[in-house]
This record gives sequence, C-alpha cells and structure tokens, in this order.
Amino acid sequence: MGILILFYIFVLAIFVGFEVITKVPPLLHTPLMSGSNAISGITLVGALISAGTGHSALSTILGMMAVVFATINVVGGFMVTDRMLEMFKKDSSKETSK
Amino acid sequence: MVTLTNIVYLIASVLFILGLKNLSSPKTARRGNLLSMSGMFLAVVITLFDKQILDFTYIIAGVIIGAAIGAVAAKRVEMTAMPQMVALFNGFGGGASTLVALSEFTQLTGDPVLNVSITLVLSVLIGTVTFTGSLIAFAKLQGVMRSAPIVYKLQHVVNALLLIAVIVLGVIFALNPTVISPLLVILAIAALLGVLAVIPIGGADMPVVISLLNSYSGLAAAATGFVLSNNVLIISGSLVGASGIILTNIMCKAMNRSLANVLFAAVGQEVAGAGGERRDVTRYQAEDASVMLENAQSVIIVPGYGLAVAQAQHILSEMANILTERGKKVRYAIHPVAGRMPGHMNVLLAEANVSYEQLFDMDEINDDFQNTDVALVIGANDVINPAARYKKDSSLYGMPILNVDKSSTVMIIKRSLSPGFAGEDNELFYDSKTMMCFGDAKKMVTEIVKFLKE
Repeated sequence: MGILILFYIFVLAIFVGFEVITKVPPLLHTPLMSGSNAISGITLVGALISAGTGHSALSTILGMMAVVFATINVVGGFMVTDRMLEMFKKDSSKETSK
Repeated sequence: MVTLTNIVYLIASVLFILGLKNLSSPKTARRGNLLSMSGMFLAVVITLFDKQILDFTYIIAGVIIGAAIGAVAAKRVEMTAMPQMVALFNGFGGGASTLVALSEFTQLTGDPVLNVSITLVLSVLIGTVTFTGSLIAFAKLQGVMRSAPIVYKLQHVVNALLLIAVIVLGVIFALNPTVISPLLVILAIAALLGVLAVIPIGGADMPVVISLLNSYSGLAAAATGFVLSNNVLIISGSLVGASGIILTNIMCKAMNRSLANVLFAAVGQEVAGAGGERRDVTRYQAEDASVMLENAQSVIIVPGYGLAVAQAQHILSEMANILTERGKKVRYAIHPVAGRMPGHMNVLLAEANVSYEQLFDMDEINDDFQNTDVALVIGANDVINPAARYKKDSSLYGMPILNVDKSSTVMIIKRSLSPGFAGEDNELFYDSKTMMCFGDAKKMVTEIVKFLKE
C-alpha cells in the first residue's frame, strides 16, 4: 500500500481520536489511559507474524519477545480497566461488595 | 484472504473507536471497554490465519507467558499503585514496537525502500524511548528510585547532542539500510535518552510524564504500522497518540505550566530551609471538627494525594455517608491534578464506594463554594492556595485553584504547616475562618467519625 495512503489514514485517525477523546470526562481519565494503553498493544498483531514466520532464529526470538510484551500490555491493560470501571457505581449504599 | 483480513481489521478499528466513545459516560464505560476487547480479539484471531505464519509454537508460548504476567499484575495491583502499573504497561507496549521493527528488519529480503527504513528508525526510536522512560517513571512512582529530580551540569546539552546523533545515524541508516549497526546504535542511544528524559522530572509532575509516554506508546504502534503497512496498527496507534496528547495538555493546563517547563525545568528539587517566617496558627482537635460538621448544612470535601498516602479514603467515605444520612449535602471537589495520574483520585474514591454522582470536577463545582458551609481539605495544599490568584512572583501564579476560601469555614487536615510541592506558603492556614487540624489524615478522620457517632 502506498505510503501516502497510510499517511492519510494516520492523520485522519488522529482527528477521530481528538474528537472522541475530548468527550471523555475527567472522572474516567484513568480508565481511559489504561484502556487506550491496552489498545496500543495492537502491536501484538505484528508480533504474531514476526514470531510465526520462522524466517530465522533471531527474528523468531525477537518476535516471541514482542508477543510477550504486547500480550502483557493487552491482557493487563484491558483487565485492569475493567476492574476499575466495575467500581464506578451510582448508588454506593446498596452495594456491599468491595 | 488478504481482503478478509483487512475487513476484519477495519471492524476492529471501528470497535476501538466505539469503545473509546463509550468511555464518555460512566454508565456505558464498561461496555466500551468490552467493545475494545472484542476488537482486539478479532484482530488477533484473523492474524493467526495469516499464511505467513508457519509455526505456532513460539506464538503460543509468548501469548501464554504474556497473558499470565498481565493477568496477575492486573488482579494484584493496588489502586494507589495504578500510575506505575500504567507506566509499566506503556513501557511494554513501546518495547513490543521496537522488537517487531527489529524482527521485521532481520526478515527483509533485499534493500528496503526508503520509507520503510525511515519508519523502522522511528519505530525503534519511539518504542525504545517509551520503554526505558516508562521503566524510570515506574521506578520513581514505586519508590524504587528517589522521586526528586536528578539534575547535573549540561543536562540539556547532552540530551540535545544525543538527539542530533540519532538523527544523523537515522539518515545514515536510511541511505544504506543493509547495514544494521547504525540501527543498533540508535537503539542504544534511544534507551539512554528515555532514561535521561525522565530522571530530571519530579514525582509530582509524573501525571504529565505518564500521559506523554501513553501518547508515545501509541505513536510507536503507529510507526510499526507504517513499517508493516498495517492499517489497524496505524489507526489504533493514532487514537492512543491523540488520547495521550489530550491528557498531557489537560494536566499542563491544570498546573498552568508549559510542557517544556514540566519536562526541562526540574521543578520539585528539595529547597533548603523553605518556608520563611512562621506565624501562629490555631490548632483544632477532631472534636471541634466534628461539632463544626454536625452544624453544617453543606460540605464539600477536597481530597488530595495526601489522602491516598494515608489510606484514609475508606474512612472518609464512611464519614461522608454519616453526614449524608443526617441530611447534609456532601460532595467531593476533584482538582485535575489530584493524585498521581489523570483521574486517579476518582478511581481511589470509587474504590472506597463513593458514588460517582458525588464526584465533581473543578469547573463544575467551583462556583458552589461560596454557598457552602464547610470546605474540608484533606491532604491537598497547592491546589487551594489563593496565592495562585494574585501573587505574581509565586510559581503557583495563574494555576487554576479550588475556591475553598469562598466557603464559610475552611477545615484543613494536614500533618504540618509545611508548604506543598511548589514551596509556596499558604496564607489560608492563618485565616480566621480556617480550622487547622494537624495529624495523620486517617487518624483524624477516624476520630471525627467516632465523635460524630457519639
């Protein structure tokens, strides 16, 4: 794919990002950070191919390390975000669980 | 197959955008996170069908190891430690970008075209700076390393020279991309740059740094997307990049400082003999405080990071519930820089079962202080210092503050009279309508609760 098309996508996606994220209230900024952080773990997609092509031992090792790093990012990020969002409740008096 | 993969990537991108959009309200936020998760799941599954993948052994091993580490970390982490956790996750994201770029380089057959070699350099540079910078941020927040700024002579000159070296090496590599050595030197310098960029930044400025590193981790993913010509990486990377920049900007505005000032000014160095002349101040006890709260109709609680340090948020929430049950209007006013990362204080209070409907941003609540009987400040200082409004030579000048001084009574629970992070004395401590209650926040609030129950 032409580099110019990729650049188009990059710039337009940044604008979408600005539009969507300015609407997130300060109340949820921490989950926003951990959640968006998990999304940036999308590098996993590239890592999977690097680890699986079996091109050379070096590329496979680098790829597998990338898979480990990116998976920590993805799994940890989404789980911790969910854990936080679960705590945001409307009526505290009815909730007994901590 | 390639078309199908790209269609699924498009669906994943849309799910990420919808996921972030749902974060605009606490009611839909959890669903939003699930949408993002399913987007990620789809993208990963379709990638596994890629015909380039011949061997699944290392993929499976890597996923199992990564998922186990990530899951345990996410389950165990304390909410107070969330900033360093996010910093660490950021770092891993950045590190993954670097590794993918390097692995891709080793697989190149023939000379890569110019734009691939340029994006390779960017991917390695941003990814590695994110990785080591995040590790330092983690170490500072976790207390493994002293959080005060580390400064030395010619710091900025050294950093600038390193950056110039990276650019020169980048050009050399881009012109002759078959030789890997310039790329490895870039990797080493980038690792050093990440460390050097974060060590001069003080602990209280960390919210800005984490937001910025968050943005970098997104940009690193986007750069890797350029290397691989992969749209979903570019789109998700730019979404995260934008998010990090917005948060960085909000944090800087809330401290009335420029990003350059936060990154380079090394604010927060220990100043010898700070304070100056000490005036007399009336000390009040927990019993006095409970009587005052008993007689109030409306209370606004202003929590600061000191509250979290003292682990007083649970007992505070209990106190607030007692007051609410007695028909008083109790709300919380949250300054944007309360806590150690954007929105941190809200999470800490949510954990203590405070309903999010009681939590108010500075802009929402600042005009209400004048109609409030008691403003109860716990573990906060700079964000309520009126000097920010008029004292032009103060480092706080111009910073937006919570108008606690407009309420009828200001009650401040604090360990001592020592000035806050900015080193500026707070005149509000000596005001006649201020009740200073000295002591540990948890102990003091526990005592107040005891008196309220009597």
